[in-house]
Amino acid sequence: MPSVQDSEDRIRLEDVHLGLGRRPVFHGLTCGFPQGRITVLLGGSGAGKSTLLRLVGGLARPDRGRVWVAGQDIHRLDERGLYAVRERIGMLFQGGALLDSMTIFDNVALPLREHSRLSEQEIAVRVGRRLAAVGLEDTGQLLPRQLSGGMLRRAALARAIVNDPEIVLCDEPFSGLDPLNVRRIESLLVELNRDLGITLAVTSHHIPSSLRMADRIVFLVDGEAVSGTPAELLASDDKRVVEFLEAERVEAAPARRAGAELGT
Amino acid sequence: MRMVSVETLGFRTVELVGHLGRISVFLGAVVSHSFRRPLRLRRFVNELFDVGVLSLAIVCLSGATVGAVLGLQGYTTLTRFGAESSLGAVVGLSIVRELGPVLTALLVTGRAGSAMAAEIASMVTTQQLDGLRMMSIDPVDFVVQPKALAMLVAMPMLNALFIVFALFGGYVVGVELLGVDGGTYVTSMEESIEFGEDILGTLLKSGVFGALVGLVATYRGFVAEPTSAGVSAATTGTVVIASVSILLADYVITALWGV
Repeated sequence: MPSVQDSEDRIRLEDVHLGLGRRPVFHGLTCGFPQGRITVLLGGSGAGKSTLLRLVGGLARPDRGRVWVAGQDIHRLDERGLYAVRERIGMLFQGGALLDSMTIFDNVALPLREHSRLSEQEIAVRVGRRLAAVGLEDTGQLLPRQLSGGMLRRAALARAIVNDPEIVLCDEPFSGLDPLNVRRIESLLVELNRDLGITLAVTSHHIPSSLRMADRIVFLVDGEAVSGTPAELLASDDKRVVEFLEAERVEAAPARRAGAELGT
Repeated sequence: MRMVSVETLGFRTVELVGHLGRISVFLGAVVSHSFRRPLRLRRFVNELFDVGVLSLAIVCLSGATVGAVLGLQGYTTLTRFGAESSLGAVVGLSIVRELGPVLTALLVTGRAGSAMAAEIASMVTTQQLDGLRMMSIDPVDFVVQPKALAMLVAMPMLNALFIVFALFGGYVVGVELLGVDGGTYVTSMEESIEFGEDILGTLLKSGVFGALVGLVATYRGFVAEPTSAGVSAATTGTVVIASVSILLADYVITALWGV
C-alpha cells in the first residue's frame, strides 16, 4: 500500500525513467510541485513537458521511478484508486478536449453530474458561476466548434475547476493564442491559485508569462529537471538554461526594435 | 531467408494473439459495463438514432432493390422449370434466411460502423477520451458501451425492415410486372417460411452480426493511433474486418444451427 511521502510537494516525481519507443524522454527525473503554488514547466519541444503532466494524471506510466500525487504513488494504485485521485485533479488539455457532441454547459456540468449528488438546479448555478468566472456566461448553449481557440481554452478551464480540485494541470494553455487571450488566461490561473489555493502545474513555451506567474519553474532538458524560482532561473549559470532564455530574448528582439522605431 | 520467414511468422502470431487478448479484455469491459449503473439511457437512445434511424433510408432502398432483382432473377429461372408459382417461396426464403441479415450487416457496417470507428478514433486524437479519464469517467462506460449496445439492438430491427422492403420489392416485380398470381405468391411464401427456424434464425444472425460490428468498430476506434492516419486506418480496418467477420460468422451459424 503506498504511503504518504515526506515532502511539502503536492506532486513529486522521483527518479523517473521513461522512453517513448526508442527515444528516451526522462532518465532519472526528480522534481516537485509545491502545494498551493504555481509551477511552470519550461523546456524545448519534445523535452517531455506534456508527458510529465500525463504521468502526473496517470495517463502514462513510467518505466521506472515513482510519481506521488496528493500523497499517493499513483502508479501503484488500482483503477478505482486512480479514479479517486483523479477526482481531486482538474486537467486543461492543449486542445481543450471538450466533448464535441455536447454543449459547453453540458461539458462543464459533466464532472458534477457524474460524481456529485447535486440537483440539476444546483449544478446549473455552479456551472453558471464557473462560466462567468472565465468570462463565458453566454456560451452555455453553444457547441465547442462554435467557440474560438481562446474561448475554448477558457471553457475547458471552467470544466477543469468545476468540482473544486486541489490540483490543476494545464497543458500549454497559452499556445496559439493572441497576447490579449494569453493575459486573460494567465490572470485566470493566478486568480485560481490565489483565491482557491489550487496547486497549479502549467506547461508553457511562453517565457514572459511563465516568469510573471510562476512561483517555481521546472526547466526540462536532456531528460532531467533544473528547478528554481524565476529569479534563480534567470540568474542561473547552467549553460542549457541560459541558451534557452537567450533564444527567447533574441526572438523577441526584432519586434522590440520595430516597436522602438515606431516610437511605441 | 527461411529464418526471416520464421521470424516474421512468429512476430505476426505474437501480434495476433496480443490483439485477440486485448479485444477479449475490451469485450469483457463492454459487457460488464452494460450491467453496471449508471445506465446511460440517453446516450444509448442517441446512438440508436445514429445507427438505426440514420440507416433507414439506405436499408429500405437496398432492401426493395435486392427484392426486385431477386424477383426478376427467380422468375426467369423458375419459368425454365415451369415453377413460377414458387417465386414467393424462393424470394422469401433467400431474403429471410440469408440475404436479409448479411446484406443489412454489410450496409450498416459501411454506413454506421465506419462512422462509429471514425468518431471514437477522432476522440482519441483530440484527447477527448483522456479528458474523460481525467474526470474519472471510464470511456468504455461513457462512450463505447452505448455505441456497441445500440449496434446490437439496431441490427435485428434494420434486418426486419430490410426483409419487409425486399419482400415488397419481390412482390411488385413478380406480381405487378411479371404477372405471377398475387395469392399464389403470398401463399407459397407463407407455407415455406417457418417462424421458429427462419424468423428467429434471421434475428439470431443479425444479433450476432450487430454484436460483431459493434465490437470491431468500437475496438478499432478505441485503439487508433492519435493521428489523422490513425483515424483513417480505424475506419478502413472496421469495414474490412467487420465485413469478413460477418461472412465467416454467417457460415459458422448456418453450419452449426442450419439457419
